[in-house]
Amino acid sequence: MSILVHSDTRVLTQGFTGAQGTFHSEQALAYGTKLVGGVTPGRGGETHLGLPVFDTVAQACAATRVDASVIYVPPAGAADAILEAIAAGVPLIVCITEGIPVLDMVRVQQVLHRSESLLIGPNCPGIITPGECKIGIMPGAIHRPGKVGIVSRSGTLTYEAVAQTSAVGLGQSTCVGIGGDPVKGMDFIDVLERFIADPDTDSIIMIGEIGGTSEIEAATLIRDSGTRKPVVGFIAGATAPPGRRMGHAGAVITGGHETAAAKIEALRDAGIHVSASPALLGQTLLDVLSGRA
Amino acid sequence: MNIHEYQAKTLLKGFGMPVLDGRVVRSPDEALVAARAIGGPLVVVKAQIHAGGRGAGHFADDPGGKGGVRLARTPDDARQAAIAMLDSTLITRQTGPAGRIVRRLYIEAGCEIARELYLSLLVDRATGRIVIVASQDGGMAIEDVAAATPERILKESIDPATGLSDYQARTLAARLDLHGRSIRAFTTVLRAAYEAFVALDAAIVEINPLVVTGSGDLVALDAKMSFDDNALFRHPELEELRDENEEDPREREAARHGLAYVGLDGTIGCMVNGAGLAMATMDIIKMEGEEPANFLDVGGGASRERVAAAFRIVLSDQKVRGILVNIFGGIMRCDIIAEAIVAASHETGLRVPLVVRLAGTNVERGEEILSRSGLKIIPASDLGDAARKIVAAVRAEGVA
Repeated sequence: MSILVHSDTRVLTQGFTGAQGTFHSEQALAYGTKLVGGVTPGRGGETHLGLPVFDTVAQACAATRVDASVIYVPPAGAADAILEAIAAGVPLIVCITEGIPVLDMVRVQQVLHRSESLLIGPNCPGIITPGECKIGIMPGAIHRPGKVGIVSRSGTLTYEAVAQTSAVGLGQSTCVGIGGDPVKGMDFIDVLERFIADPDTDSIIMIGEIGGTSEIEAATLIRDSGTRKPVVGFIAGATAPPGRRMGHAGAVITGGHETAAAKIEALRDAGIHVSASPALLGQTLLDVLSGRA
Repeated sequence: MNIHEYQAKTLLKGFGMPVLDGRVVRSPDEALVAARAIGGPLVVVKAQIHAGGRGAGHFADDPGGKGGVRLARTPDDARQAAIAMLDSTLITRQTGPAGRIVRRLYIEAGCEIARELYLSLLVDRATGRIVIVASQDGGMAIEDVAAATPERILKESIDPATGLSDYQARTLAARLDLHGRSIRAFTTVLRAAYEAFVALDAAIVEINPLVVTGSGDLVALDAKMSFDDNALFRHPELEELRDENEEDPREREAARHGLAYVGLDGTIGCMVNGAGLAMATMDIIKMEGEEPANFLDVGGGASRERVAAAFRIVLSDQKVRGILVNIFGGIMRCDIIAEAIVAASHETGLRVPLVVRLAGTNVERGEEILSRSGLKIIPASDLGDAARKIVAAVRAEGVA
């Protein structure tokens, strides 16, 4: 079936009446997502896209069952929107917003860790279970229901993996874009352990990039899990010049494990099939599944 | 956003950081006046560029000569040092071979040095917290210390709920082998660095070296700060500290339009949406045997104007011999990309081969706009196809 979201997941949009919130809510409704309404402070009581608008997340949760919320609030208010959803007890929060100050997310993460809520993002495309539930900004039409679980730090590279698996005749169980920000919600390991446990996910594609060490932790998790599900990996940024974004002190923290080469080696050591080219994700998985690799 | 040493010291001093008396100068005469005003047995003349390793660096016109940090025993010595350094190109291990032109100097009082420590604060991805990094091995490149003697790097993370606690500073001071009055002095230093970090949304605060004087006082002898670009909207005062001479003009133009751009040395210009796909596009160009001229992420939900600005930046790079546009539309709509490419090409002129790969939201409308434009555009069906086609086109042009 899927992880985290499915055909019965009831979704609330925060930042509902803005341009992004409106466009992507329309797309979600067209896809069949069970959108139950949205939040825009000061617009409570109105109707938007045929659905109720609430002033607060708490009011929305009191009026109807909310399983997940999706946030299209601009950067200055996005961390506050996440905190509001946590306070209202929303089980799954998906934050699409790009450009949230890092220290805002430092504060959010401490509250998140003490709560029951799960956060996907920020700065991510969202999550989709093809044919059932689309939460976020990914183009729905490229997805096919199937058994490949996809998890990625990069939004558009997730679409690559989706399009390529669809093109070779495979479909996706669930696709999760965890986002590219340094401080975020769910990481690779949180998604991978669910894919490993999910009876309807038969294989996995994970797409990482340079910076941070979460791909190394993901490799360790996969190795230690002993899973027999094939995993295909790709690490973006092998040709990126070092140190252009993060100073040397950043590398000091992680002891040099942030490079593409170090991550690719860790993935290979864990038995993951690393695709050298971002254009061969689907083909590499097909080859593995058909015993050719 | 990065700032100069003297700017970082001014900011940090406002939070209680102990720094020496100093003046920023832009001419040899100003250097003389500043050295006279500071007085004392010697002053230090320090090149102000956005790169480390200045002391061990050298000037392009004097490869075997002195570096970017010089001692001056008289005001006239300071003036002579300024004549040698100003408007000259300083090359350090962080500038790359091109170096940076020195346009400002910081004239600072001398200081007695008993020990040199290292201190920095930054956000640690793994814990999602601000982490303090400290070492007894200050005054040298910290990445070398981490590689050679990782056990001499100390780390302490700060709970955002409580903020920095004084006991954490005292504990770190003890681990740095500080004693007596130096322990309280270290608490003051760390608190200043932390308060500045949080108040100004810093990305890094780095004091290297943090000097212990013979009497046990602490002084920030060098200071480096950079800021979280995502948070600059709430610190308009920091914009005034921006030194555009220190920024790549292409990167500056890109930043003005809200684009993430990094100039590189290759010949294939790239315009991509999403940082990961942009890096993957660079990777695949290299796999096909050519080099990317830039990293450019137009981001999600960009307007036609912003995409056109992005395309103009790539077009105007004289090194570029071919352009690869790779868009997988999600939040970004392919028709907007297509309209922007057509508008910018008509306006600026398209002088090199252009390969465009569009996929995702509104792809049919985007392809239609491109095919009706009359522009010589090579369409590509997927990422691999796009990379092969641009490399082939650039090589064909090179032969002709």
